[in-house]
Amino acid sequence: MAKQLVVVGNGPVGHRLVEQVVSAAGDEWTITVFGEEPRAAYDRVHLTSWFEQRSAEPLNMVAEGFYQANGICCHVGDKVVAVDLIARTVTSQQGEVVAYDKLVLATGSFPFVPPIPGHDRDNCFVYRTIEDLEAITAAAANGKVGAVVGGGLLGLEAAKALHDLGLKTHVVEFAPRLMAVQVDEGGGALLRKKIEELGVSVHTDKNTQRIVDGDSATHKMFFADDTELDTDLIVFSAGIRPRDELARSAGLEVGERGGIVVNNYCQTSDENVYSVGESALWEGRIYGLIAPGNQMAQVAAEHICGSGDSEFAGADMSTKLKLMGIDVASVGDAHANTTGALCYTYINEVEQVYKKIVVSADKQSLLGAVLVGDAEEYGNLLQFALNKIRLPDQPESMILPNIDNQASALGVDALPASAAICSCNNVTKGDLVSAVAGGCATLAALKDKTAAATGCGGCAALVTQVMNGELEKLGVAVNTDLCEHFPYTRQDLYSLVRVGHIKSFDELLDKHGSGMGCEICKPAAASILASCWNDYVLEDTHQGLQDTNDRFLANMQKDGTYSVVPRVPGGEITADKLIVIGQVAKKYNLYTKITGGQRIDLFGARSEQLPEIWRELIDAGFESGHAYGKALRTVKSCVGSNWCRYGVQDSMSMAVLLENRYKGLRSPHKLKMAVSGCTRECAEAQCKDVGVIATENGWNMYVCGNGGMKPRHADLFATDLDDETLLKYIDRFFMFYIRTADRLQRTSTWMENLEGGLEYLQQVVIEDSLGLAAELEQQMAHVIGSYQCEWKTTVNDPQRVKQFTHFVNSDLADANVSFVRERDQVRPASDDEKKMSASNILAIA
Amino acid sequence: MSNWKDICPVEAIVPNSGRCALHEGEQVAIFRLRQGGSDTFYAVDNFDPLARANVISRGIVGSRGNVPVVASPLYKQHYCLNTGDCLEEDVSLKTWPVRVVGDTVQLRVN
Repeated sequence: MAKQLVVVGNGPVGHRLVEQVVSAAGDEWTITVFGEEPRAAYDRVHLTSWFEQRSAEPLNMVAEGFYQANGICCHVGDKVVAVDLIARTVTSQQGEVVAYDKLVLATGSFPFVPPIPGHDRDNCFVYRTIEDLEAITAAAANGKVGAVVGGGLLGLEAAKALHDLGLKTHVVEFAPRLMAVQVDEGGGALLRKKIEELGVSVHTDKNTQRIVDGDSATHKMFFADDTELDTDLIVFSAGIRPRDELARSAGLEVGERGGIVVNNYCQTSDENVYSVGESALWEGRIYGLIAPGNQMAQVAAEHICGSGDSEFAGADMSTKLKLMGIDVASVGDAHANTTGALCYTYINEVEQVYKKIVVSADKQSLLGAVLVGDAEEYGNLLQFALNKIRLPDQPESMILPNIDNQASALGVDALPASAAICSCNNVTKGDLVSAVAGGCATLAALKDKTAAATGCGGCAALVTQVMNGELEKLGVAVNTDLCEHFPYTRQDLYSLVRVGHIKSFDELLDKHGSGMGCEICKPAAASILASCWNDYVLEDTHQGLQDTNDRFLANMQKDGTYSVVPRVPGGEITADKLIVIGQVAKKYNLYTKITGGQRIDLFGARSEQLPEIWRELIDAGFESGHAYGKALRTVKSCVGSNWCRYGVQDSMSMAVLLENRYKGLRSPHKLKMAVSGCTRECAEAQCKDVGVIATENGWNMYVCGNGGMKPRHADLFATDLDDETLLKYIDRFFMFYIRTADRLQRTSTWMENLEGGLEYLQQVVIEDSLGLAAELEQQMAHVIGSYQCEWKTTVNDPQRVKQFTHFVNSDLADANVSFVRERDQVRPASDDEKKMSASNILAIA
Repeated sequence: MSNWKDICPVEAIVPNSGRCALHEGEQVAIFRLRQGGSDTFYAVDNFDPLARANVISRGIVGSRGNVPVVASPLYKQHYCLNTGDCLEEDVSLKTWPVRVVGDTVQLRVN
């Protein structure tokens, strides 16, 4: 008989606990979840990203079908109002009474609003739920000025949100500086400066006394120092208080200043009741970060299921984040409160960087650190602090710039297996070592297997170092050679071709390779040559390099026949052109099918028929669709503002423009794009290498998505772009991918393996951090300018056409190709069907 | 006494690629491999025994160590151009003697 587990609270930590219980002992427990908010668990940590799409969907934490598959009953929008510890039941607002064997209170916290007169006026908000964000967005539409009370982590996120909503934003902070908990005076000063440079006003030492009607705005805030501020809306972000009301009314032990008291197993004063997350009080502390919350969820789940005996032992509150585009990090005792602590501080006013480390009196260990403006050393410093690793003789070397290119202070070998490398997802060095031993040899594979570097991403560099160290130790010579013929990576070869102006495979092999090449390096070289010089791919010197499909400019099918795909830019086609395709299909008895790429595929063409078929298509105005190439395939579209009542831009024209711009571009792997005319996203742009979604102000650009075997959602890259900028960024993005990707690497894997990931890409493409932008655009312009439809070139060359015959010495067709009919069309006959028809013929004869 | 049949001009086969010949009722894939300015010719069965299609002549040629090979275009198994042996599976392609006389490629007649 399954035991009953009731979880009160459906936030990130409550949901994590449910997942852990399911994974440890799913069939032993019947789980019931109650959540007060009107929606299933969502990622409150990344709440601010709601503004990107104004939708809760991307934040959803519940895998589709999770509840159904595990028999979990989740009551959304139904608050538990009472707990009976004797009867062991919970009662909900809507009258549900559920019995439990074990109960978990994961009720989180509520935003503290200081009891200032006027705090409950209209257009005063808190920043915690999606409903809060929706209300703030609606109010901002009618306002010009916004103020955030509270200059901590969450307050600054709220300020960014108001700023992005178009309001003149003010941050009002009670303490003498921003982020007073994590950041010291010097760091706080730099942070303030950088925020003010963004156009947000910062007021510190400001004690709000009362809020009344304003003159030029909705509110007027009065401060203790006799100053005032007019603002249209106010967001309170002045701290959180634990939601412990259920514990109080039930008689569980609570802290003096609130919070449900728990032991090391996260049990409350009743052994059958647990508490995890922000509602729990452990040794007098409440933990408001996700990492300790998740740790508590794990400890409690193990204890409930009897699957482990880990204990919660407090959590390190170190954190690294990007606030309003500014890197900020804090480690351990950031304020040097420890007796005898000494500090080293590096301030660079030109680069706007502040770095401070706090070391023990004997200078042997690192106690804390503050980083503002550049938090690259965070991973390193955190490891030193957590593991009490002995500091180098000159500790200052850890934060001073690496002017002489000296090796960094820490080799990852010094770290113990228990060292937490990724604290967002609780991945230790030992976990990574096991994963590498189990076969993970790339950053992407490690991310997949362990979830390391998939949270804030701050540990990516460290994860890579651990991986490389382990691979070396295992003697896995990670051979990055393309193949036995070239001791180079694809990126190396690309450089050699570009810089050396190498125009043929023979030249490349002669100068940099050995042997006779193979089916790995030849197509890779062909692709590089095409991306650089864009010659006709069937030139004599290039023909033999081409992979199966490019060789005949058509997709080879299982029986040796080919398919034909004319380009239909944007998926838009006239009735006349449809008729031509129909006529060609009938004339040559081809099988026709609509493709996922919004065009038409014709099957069953023998190699010798290809030139004739294409001649007819070209005469009718068609071009090659490159369905056979590692090249741009299609740009899908929705009809957009031309026809659709919801469209906000002309997505149809943009799709056609993009497809005509990039047709013929060859790349490490196929490229697929789409343009949607509004957020309903009918063109499915979010699963494309480059996806474009219209906004009222222009285009949002998404990158590195794909469908297929391992679907990946594209990432938002840039917003509200005008046409010109969109094309510029796509030019740069594609050319950078072509330049730096591995052979047959889709854009998704390429980005997952880039240290620095999406942010790095944005820096390179948008901010031109590598100074490559002009070069990349020029290289793309060359490809665009030298475009020729390769089928057109082929049909106009009688010598080439001759190369398509099946036999070099006969006009006969391949007798092995035969078809049968199914659903009014042809398909290849199976071996049995071929035998049957042969014996039929013999019988007739 | 051996007889040879004319198949095609050398120029009909682009260097480092193959073409298929109809020879005595069979399909023969002829390859022209060029290295250091000189050509070597090979001839093997055009029928891929694993994919069961007449496509070998359309494969990419190259070397595996010292062995000249062609990779079948459908599933990329490698076949030694000297012996016809598949490097990955226990199958083999029939081979034919092939030569060039003047500008003409010839296959031996049985």
